[in-house]
Amino acid sequence: MKTFVYIDHFKGAVQPASWEALGLAKSFGSTVALVFGSGVESIAQSAFEAGADEVLLVDDPALLDYRAEPFASTLSALAHAATPDLILFPTTARTRELAAMSAVDLGTGVLTDVIALEADGDNLVATRPIYEGKVLEKSVCSSKPVMATLRARAFPKPAAEAGRTGTLTKAEAKAESLTNVEGYAVAENVVNLTDAGVIVSGGRGVSNNPSLGLDEMATAHKGFELVGELASVLDGAVGASRAAVDAGYIPYSNQVGQTGKVVSPDLYIAAGISGAIQHLVGMRNAKLIVAINKDADAPIFTQARYGVVGDLFAILPALTEAFKKKLGK
Amino acid sequence: MKIIACIKQVPDSEAKVKAENGQVSWGDAPLVINPFDEYAVEGALQQKEATDGTVTALCIGPESAKEALKHALAMGADEAVLVSDPALDGLDTLGAARVLAAAIQKIGGADMVVFGRQTLDNGAGLTPAQTARVLAWPMLGLAGQIKVQDGNVTVERVIEEGRQTVSAKLPAVLSVVQSIGEPRYPSFMGIRKASKATIPVWTLADLGIAAPAAVVTRAELMNPPSRETTVEIITGESPAEIADKLADKILAEKVL
Ligand SMILES: Cc1cc2nc3c(=O)[nH]c(=O)nc-3n(C[C@H](O)[C@H](O)[C@H](O)COP(=O)(O)OP(=O)(O)OC[C@H]3O[C@@H](n4cnc5c(N)ncnc54)[C@H](O)[C@@H]3O)c2cc1C
Ligand SMILES: Nc1ncnc2c1ncn2[C@@H]1O[C@H](COP(=O)(O)O)[C@@H](O)[C@H]1O
Repeated sequence: MKTFVYIDHFKGAVQPASWEALGLAKSFGSTVALVFGSGVESIAQSAFEAGADEVLLVDDPALLDYRAEPFASTLSALAHAATPDLILFPTTARTRELAAMSAVDLGTGVLTDVIALEADGDNLVATRPIYEGKVLEKSVCSSKPVMATLRARAFPKPAAEAGRTGTLTKAEAKAESLTNVEGYAVAENVVNLTDAGVIVSGGRGVSNNPSLGLDEMATAHKGFELVGELASVLDGAVGASRAAVDAGYIPYSNQVGQTGKVVSPDLYIAAGISGAIQHLVGMRNAKLIVAINKDADAPIFTQARYGVVGDLFAILPALTEAFKKKLGK
Repeated sequence: MKIIACIKQVPDSEAKVKAENGQVSWGDAPLVINPFDEYAVEGALQQKEATDGTVTALCIGPESAKEALKHALAMGADEAVLVSDPALDGLDTLGAARVLAAAIQKIGGADMVVFGRQTLDNGAGLTPAQTARVLAWPMLGLAGQIKVQDGNVTVERVIEEGRQTVSAKLPAVLSVVQSIGEPRYPSFMGIRKASKATIPVWTLADLGIAAPAAVVTRAELMNPPSRETTVEIITGESPAEIADKLADKILAEKVL
């Protein structure tokens, strides 16, 4: 089986789940990594080291900024020419659009957010969460190529083999675009929640009082500082409930849950989060869940393996100190 | 400006959804407008107000989906259209995009079509870009802010790495995220108007298209493995003691 793997990156920084996709592709047969952008030859080398047999490199100043249309047209043209059986992507904001549009061009289907993919005779059967993960479905795509976007951290990352090489093929961009990129406001601390192995999240409880006076706002910021300090000792990312985002304590990009991000870290620590269903659907696949809440009846404790019934303003700093000592930091 | 908001009806997010006899069941939980599509209606209404335009809510679904359309009308949409046809059972996103594109044409086109980010049931997040591709209109996805000026639309898009400002000529397809602003509550007047509205129902024959064949189909449904949920509450004399015990427990799980 021949598989295309789209290596998704933002300004040259590769989404790590792209390598997970490459690892999966290798288990099916020959792999062709697709690297699109401008000045991205070094990504091609990383793709070889991660196991690609061939890299299709489309390096063109016109592809400096990601835009759905030219990227999709470029991908569709390459797929028309090389007729892969399968095209894999990591699931990101960009790849959902890219796969969606290419699938229209190629008259085929896309399986999104896939957590398992198995060959069953001639068919590829994908397992994906539906209804916010309350149910799983196995689905198949009856036409070729099958397109699938993989959920981050659902597949193992292949070990890189330094110095490994393969066939580098340069291809042309289809640069026509209906949209223009005017600029970026990139968050200072770019949070990559979907790829994080450890997430420490804060909720409305990071401010003691939900009705927001100036003093409470100050406590809220203090609360997120404490969340951030623990996250940094654990080399983790900071998450939040929607109540914390709506209150303006922290940007929307940090939100976990139904209208935020679905995450699957090894460790998820929830502080001052009650555990509403819309939050739980975003984080209950974490391997280990720890909850800190002053209300012993908070629903978050039904999902947690370990819990502390107490004040997060006391527990979080103590936990940060404890880990500093134990991890030698 | 003429705006269309695409909405779907789904089981309420509080519903206890499970796989039962090869079907998805949600007990007697109500069907509601897809929560992400409430943001789409909100975004559409904001643009209606900014440009003195109109909003038409558009839905593919069974007869019962009229309730979701009525919600959009009660929020302030001017008109609603339901596309309903038994041949649309098992529709995949590519099929939905083709049917929506045909319905958009039959409505008489639009300056802007606004989508939600994804559906709660299927959760694909593909339909907006696929509809844009079918229409050959520009796609501005995941907009947190929308500005229209001189026949151009500029959006601030929320992506993993931050925010990106993107523009295009109208007509365009947009999808919106939560940052667009909280969906407004239906007004009393709106609810009255919605309850009296007659919502036209179009079949595939009305649209002049054949049923799109589904390329993506479901082979099996499963309930996720139930996880062990007994919580162990860590106690101690002081925060330091609790933290010390908890850190040891976490380290012993080898997740770091
Ligand atoms: C359509 C829709 C989509 C939604 N999407 C999301 C989503 O994506 N993500 C999301 O998170 N929510 C989402 N929600 C909102 C969700 O329903 C809850 O309102 C929200 O998750 C509550 O956030 P919270 O737990 O921080 O706040 P609360 O429910 O107010 O809980 C605060 C908790 O903090 C505890 N606490 C207070 N002070 C302290 C202290 N000093 N120490 C320890 N504990 C303390 C309290 O005991 C309480 O349990 C959505 C809702 C809807 C309707
Ligand atoms: N049956 C439908 N009728 C109208 N709009 C839909 C329908 N299905 C999906 N959409 C729109 O497409 C978006 C993404 O859907 P999906 O690709 O299924 O996740 C939704 O948020 C809606 O705006």
